[in-house]
Amino acid sequence: MLTLLFDGIAYGMLLFILAVGLAVTMGLMNFINLAHGAFAMVGGYITVLLMQRAGMPFLLCLPLAFLGSALLGAVLERSLYRPLYKKPHLDQVLFSIGLTFMAVASADYFIGSTQQIIQLPEWLKGRTELGEGAWMLGMGHYRLFIIAVCTALTIALQYVLAKTRFGSRLRASVDDQRVAAGLGINVNVVFLATFAVGSGLAGLGGALGAEVLGLDPTFPLKFMVYFLIVVAVGGTSSITGPLLAALLLGVADVAGKYYIPKLGAFIVYSLMIAILIWRPQGLFVRQGGKS
Amino acid sequence: MSMAIATLWSGAAFADGNTFKIGLILPMTGQQATTGRQIEAAARLYMAQNGDTVAGKKIELIVKDDTSVPDVTKRMAQELVVNDKVNVLAGFGITPSALAVAPIATQSKTPEVVMAAATSSITESSPYIIRTSFTLPQASVSLADWAPKNGIKKVVTLVSDYGPGIDAEKFFKERLTFNGGQVIESLRVPLRGPDFAPFLQKVRDLKPDALFVFVPSGAGAAVMKQFLERGMDKAGIRLIGTGDITDDDQLNDMGDGALGVVTSHHYSTYHQSPANKKFVEAFQKANKNLRPNFMAVGGYDGMRVIYEALKATKGNGGGDALLAAMKGQIFESPRGPVFIDAQTRDIVQNIYLRKVERKEGQLYNVEFDVIKDVKDPGKNR
Repeated sequence: MLTLLFDGIAYGMLLFILAVGLAVTMGLMNFINLAHGAFAMVGGYITVLLMQRAGMPFLLCLPLAFLGSALLGAVLERSLYRPLYKKPHLDQVLFSIGLTFMAVASADYFIGSTQQIIQLPEWLKGRTELGEGAWMLGMGHYRLFIIAVCTALTIALQYVLAKTRFGSRLRASVDDQRVAAGLGINVNVVFLATFAVGSGLAGLGGALGAEVLGLDPTFPLKFMVYFLIVVAVGGTSSITGPLLAALLLGVADVAGKYYIPKLGAFIVYSLMIAILIWRPQGLFVRQGGKS
Repeated sequence: MSMAIATLWSGAAFADGNTFKIGLILPMTGQQATTGRQIEAAARLYMAQNGDTVAGKKIELIVKDDTSVPDVTKRMAQELVVNDKVNVLAGFGITPSALAVAPIATQSKTPEVVMAAATSSITESSPYIIRTSFTLPQASVSLADWAPKNGIKKVVTLVSDYGPGIDAEKFFKERLTFNGGQVIESLRVPLRGPDFAPFLQKVRDLKPDALFVFVPSGAGAAVMKQFLERGMDKAGIRLIGTGDITDDDQLNDMGDGALGVVTSHHYSTYHQSPANKKFVEAFQKANKNLRPNFMAVGGYDGMRVIYEALKATKGNGGGDALLAAMKGQIFESPRGPVFIDAQTRDIVQNIYLRKVERKEGQLYNVEFDVIKDVKDPGKNR
């Protein structure tokens, strides 16, 4: 029971890190970026390649995966994404899905299509068990690690968005670009930084997730649905929404597969439909934002 | 001008008469790409070793990538038959692809040599299908014979929810029950199931003697790692399965966690026979130390079956004559002695029980027992 809840939370946290960048670009920057999963894949491959080819330790690979995908995000934002900010959403969807297919094909071409296997350090491989019988809580160390990293990131993100000057600048730029620019905010730089951080988070999620979710070139397509569900259910105007949505989905997914294996993967979709009928805008919506 | 055209025409006809075309349809990109890569490498190796002229005909290999999408496979087979006028269709990474081509093989009377796809019913979908890979019932039934003799009575099965998985589940369960064992729960995971945690937790709570797994080879490593991460080996649950989970292509990357896993399959890179040693050495030399896996051996033997049929018909036979010459072939494959059953057109072969061990610094499936001449159990009904 408790083990299940624990696994669900870890899975949810992972989904959150993967999807939060998308919530930021989609909700705050009002850009539909379906290529988000590609950045996650880049992070995953950076980790795998550094570990396999350069023999780097896992913990060092994580920040590098973040930086690598953030850098790629920044370059692409400057060169490809920026001209599309003012285009209709359909153009953005078509563009970013095209980018996804290109990413899939290039990963396939350059690295090969096999599932990549990473070797975790020993101290992350174990498992701690507490309690007895039905209330036993078995915690895989790696999942514990995921929860810790994700919690820290969530707090940091929430702090940056709500409390810092950068957060207010970002929110101002989103709500009205022209006025924000008039107030002396460099909107381009704010957007560039935000997009880079969003991509970096995706990369970090991909790096953390390679162990649990597997990593092959179809990763961006395989998990696109999950990202979109998290963002759709959670709403895009805050980060607490996607967080709770991801946790809910993670737990529901794991519990559903455990108790009703026959329905398995479908539980998530049923839950999403139910929530969206109840609250079409997502679970947590800030009133008065730009829609 | 008309002379030139006439010459061209006769030239084309001449070329057609003297080439023997093999249309090899494989997934070269996408999730099953390793299958395609292994089979193509093996087919080219066979041609390099045995020459590209047989019975006075020049062999031409036309490789097409179907990306594991059955619609694409079907279209390519049509093009190969109608435009390229191939003599044999071969390859087929996944079951739906092999099935999609079956009607084309029947209508055009072109032999279809299945080198990978492993659902039992494939050969029944057209009288022109020959198989040189294996069937999942073959592999899983042998394991169900071995298990009860080795203290494994209560088993949970975990398979991917598609044709081969359901075959594996069904035949394993039937035979284990027949042998006095018991399958206490059958779990089917979605083919794209990202996280095995909930399923494995369920297995752990059910406390069986062993967990029987069939998942396509890429996902096997993930199952194994999560099995260990969950401490299931320490809880006294053994991991058994068909050889797909310890695919030779990936086994080395799986690390020491894989040690001791017992699987049943028809081929291991470590199979101890002179024929296999020669095969592995040549394959690794030609492909930058890539290990040949069970897919490669299916492709290699498939080429042999085609070559021998061409020899037997002296290069003059059409589809029916070739098919007749393919049936009943008996030969020594790198995997051991094999036989193409004339009745079912399916392969009859030894199934080996293997355990993962470290040999010469690498991980291998080391064979410790053999069940001889296993006919596909799916055909006995």
